[in-house]
Parts: sequence; C-alpha cells; structure tokens
Amino acid sequence: MTLRESVRPDTGPIDTTAVRKDFPILSRTVRDGRPLVYLDSGATSQKPRQVLEAERGFYERHNAAVHRGAHQLAEEATDAYEAARETIARFIGGDAGEVVFTKNATEAINLVAYAMSNAATAEDGLRRFQVGPGDEIVVTEMEHHANLVPWQQLCRRTGATLRWFPVTEEGRLDLSDLEELVNERTRVVAFAHQSNVLGTVNPVAPIAARAREVGALVVLDACQSVPHMPVDVSALDVDFLAFSGHKMLGPNGIGVLWGRRELLEAMPPFITGGSMIGVVHMDHSTWAEPPQRFEAGVPMAPQAVALAAACDYLTAVGMDRVAEHEHALTAYALERVGAVEDVRIVGPAEAVDRGGAVSFTVEGIHPHDLGQVLDDKGVEVRVGHHCAWPLHRKLGIVATTRASFYLYNTLEDVDALADAIRDAQRFFGTRP
Amino acid sequence: MQLDAMYQEIILDHYRNPHHKGLRDPHNAEAHHINPTCGDEVTLRVALTPADGAALDDHAVVSDVSYEGMGCSISQASTSVLTDLLIGRTVAEGMATLEAFTELMQSRGQGEPDEDVLEDAVAFAGVSKYPARVKCALLGWMAWKDAVSQSFEKESV
Repeated sequence: MTLRESVRPDTGPIDTTAVRKDFPILSRTVRDGRPLVYLDSGATSQKPRQVLEAERGFYERHNAAVHRGAHQLAEEATDAYEAARETIARFIGGDAGEVVFTKNATEAINLVAYAMSNAATAEDGLRRFQVGPGDEIVVTEMEHHANLVPWQQLCRRTGATLRWFPVTEEGRLDLSDLEELVNERTRVVAFAHQSNVLGTVNPVAPIAARAREVGALVVLDACQSVPHMPVDVSALDVDFLAFSGHKMLGPNGIGVLWGRRELLEAMPPFITGGSMIGVVHMDHSTWAEPPQRFEAGVPMAPQAVALAAACDYLTAVGMDRVAEHEHALTAYALERVGAVEDVRIVGPAEAVDRGGAVSFTVEGIHPHDLGQVLDDKGVEVRVGHHCAWPLHRKLGIVATTRASFYLYNTLEDVDALADAIRDAQRFFGTRP
Repeated sequence: MQLDAMYQEIILDHYRNPHHKGLRDPHNAEAHHINPTCGDEVTLRVALTPADGAALDDHAVVSDVSYEGMGCSISQASTSVLTDLLIGRTVAEGMATLEAFTELMQSRGQGEPDEDVLEDAVAFAGVSKYPARVKCALLGWMAWKDAVSQSFEKESV
C-alpha cells in the first residue's frame, strides 16, 4: 500500500478540462459551428451527467408519489426524497427538518411574504409574523425582482411601508443609515447575499445583528451565493434563506426555503392541499409539521434527488475551490473586459467581496445589439435589466450586458468575451 | 455571416440618423410602450386628419407620427422606418402595412416581403430569424397601433 493519504485528490485549482467532460452541452457548437462559450450561469447553470443520471435513475427505478401509498416503490421514492433533503440540508449546514422544497427561490420568498399577512398569524403568539400600518419592511436597491415585488405586495396587502438601503456608485450597499433604516418598526429585512447584476457580496453580519436588536426577521436571497461559495446557515445568523436548484447544477422546478425550525413551526401554510394536512374535516383542517406543511401536492421528488446529486457533485469538487476558481475568473474578467476601450464595468471594480457576475456597458452599443454580435461568436451572455430594473434606473442605465461564471468556465472564455466585444465595436463602427 | 443579414445598412442608417424623431403637436393620442424583458421604451404620438373633414375613420390620413425612445438599434430603426412608411397614408393603408410587417417578423426567416408595401422595412427580414428580437422590431409598431385606436376612442366619446 502506498502512503498517499496526506494528499486529498481535490485540492488546488479546478481541472476544468475534467469538469467540462461532465457537461455534455459544453461541447456543442452554436450559430454556424462556433464553440459554445457559456457565460450565463447567473441565469441558469448547465447540468453535469451525474445530475441528469440521478433524475433519470429515480424515474427508471423508484418512481412513485412520495409520502402517500405503502407499496415498495412509494417507500423507495419517499426514502430517496427524504435522503435528498438531508444531503441538501448538509450542503448548507442546516437540518433536514428546516429545508422546505419549493418550485424555486421566488416561491420560497413568497412563502415567507404570505406567512406575514396570513389571517392565521393574527394571534398574539404569532406577533413576529404580523405586519400592518406603521410597520416597515426593508429591502435594498439592488434586489432581484423576486426579492422586491413580493415585499411590495406584502406592503400593499397590509399597509406596511417599504424602505430600502441605497446602493453606492461603486455598487455596494450604503449602510450608513443602518440604525435608522432598521428600527423598532421593522418587521423584515430582506436582501441578496450576492447581487445578480453587480456581483457584490453583501455584509450579512452587521445587517443581521441590527435586525436582531430590533426583533426583525432576516430573509436572505442566496440564489447567487449558495451555488458559488461555501454557505453555512448556522454561521449566517439569518432566519430564512432561499435559493434555486437550477442555478447550482440542479434541475429546474425545485428551490429551497431554509428556515429556523421554531419559525417554520409557528408559520401558517402558504399553499394548501394534499399531504400538508394534519386532519381534514368538511369545514376545517389542521396542518402537518414542517417541512411537509409547506409542501402541498405531490412533491418534485425526482428533482430533489437530482438537486442532491448536484450538491454531491459540488461537494466533491469543494465549494471553497469553486469560489476560488470563480474569484480568479472574476478578477481576470474585470481586468480584461475593463481594459476594452469604452467599456464601463457596473459594480465593484475590484474582485473583493465580489462574485462572478460581471455586468458592463459599451459606449454607443445597446446591450441587445452587443449580445447579438457576441451570440454570433458563440459567446452567450445575458442582456437587459436582469430582473433588477430599479437598480438599473438608479445607475442611470436602461440595460447592461452580463457575463456570469461557474466552475466549468475558463480564462479562455473570458478572452473570447473580450475579443467578441472588440468585434462588436468594429461591426457597429464605434471603434476602428 | 448572419449578422450582416440582420444588421442591414438601412437599419444602421436609420439607427444613426432617425427620421421624424422628437415629440410634436398637434396629436390625437400618445402611447407609451415598454419591452419588459429589456426595459426599452418608446413614446409615440399620432396626428390624424379626417378624410372628409368629418369623423375619424379608416380613411383618415396619418398626418404625423412623432416619437421619443431609447433602445437597441432594431427598435429605434424600426420606429424610424415606420414614420417614413405611414406618414401621409390612410389609417387603413397603415394597418395593412402593420399587418404585412408583423407577418414578416413572425416568419422565422422564411418570409418573402412585398417591397411595394414594406419598402425599407424589408430590411428587417433578417431580424425574424431571432425570435428574441422580434419584440424589439415591433415595439414602435405596437405603439402606433395603440395610439391610433386611442385616437378613435377619444373621438367616439
């Protein structure tokens, strides 16, 4: 036996050549045979074979409706579903009982927002979930619509007031008014862990600490953090955390709401129906314990199994290595893309507390037109307001072009992006 | 290269030097349309002159189309081309042109546009190969249709 145990196989930089072999789509070509340069993982990630096989395997061998039925397949399907919940909980440092499966992060955030204005929260014991005139909900100017519109709607339903942290010119949260903005009237503070446009990683600790002082609930939109960096809910000191499976190598149609157990236990259901009940009478019903209370209807077991496979894949690579890899890509992109004439990076110019979403404008070329030329070169990016319209308005721009990275991207992908931007400038005649 | 088929010189010319741009009076109605996927927008006014000095109908003449907007080359050029095509025509002719243009845009690159009807707008045939951009090309046209129907509604009150 050779002594190699001191060397972990998974250390050092990610071997992107090996990783890319797991993603069949990355070897296809687009538009006239161009190799695909996929830089839109912030919108949705590609899926490795292991994830596709996990979902297929569930359908081929264990498929049944979970948490109902007593036959063998129902047993196996339920076991697979609950084992997936444990894997996913472990991935974020939580307990399985605190992980609620939803359609996506948007539904997860709505679940919390609707718990806050539910008639069932009108008892004194549920004061934490009561919101009304005079109360305040605090968000930020950099929120994705998914973590803004549900809170706007909550305020409309209840008469509460929506307030927000402004964004500085550099694309950071302006916390100078933290004490005033988050005050004894604040019921909820909801914000993004990492901005999907600016890449900014927001400081959770001071905001959560202030929310604690005033007894407000903290909801963290972790859509752009859980897929890209190690996230440990036990260290974050937040009350709720939401993310989507499809942005982290998992399938579409599944998201997660993680919530502190005592809060989930106290919360009324959002969507009601089958398998979320305790006892049902003709005129009233009682509720199951969480997480089942929040999972009405036959749940997305095959997707849960596939999302667990995605967590396993990411764990095998190592989330710290994923974060380091993306940090290197981000720093390189800020330098390479930022060096192209007439390009303005939107968001922090330094790769400090900043994730792999690099948005920018190019003088004289509308993002739609830029995206069209990039697409012609096989470089697939997102153009538009990226579901963060108020942020763009604040920055005084209609739209931006966004490149976003993941563990399968390479420095050559960034080179291809910078070259394609120059091609677009030549094409539209804004640069020689 | 497919890009050249899409960004014809006519389109880029209209984008760089838009025709009839700016908001003018008099106008019968104004429509503000936004493409919610990208935030591009156009504000467009129409002025109609009744054919026989009486009520507004399909025979009314589009005496002016004026607009302000911000957006990509396709949306801006398409609106500029629209003003060239529709100013001086009757509403009925304008609607027929709109129909022909919409049909071309939905042709997924298979359309055979009638140059007599669409004139410079035939240059947008290449855009129809890119479904995501069809909305851009139609932005100003939908605003025009809206403004015309608003003009008729105001008249009937």
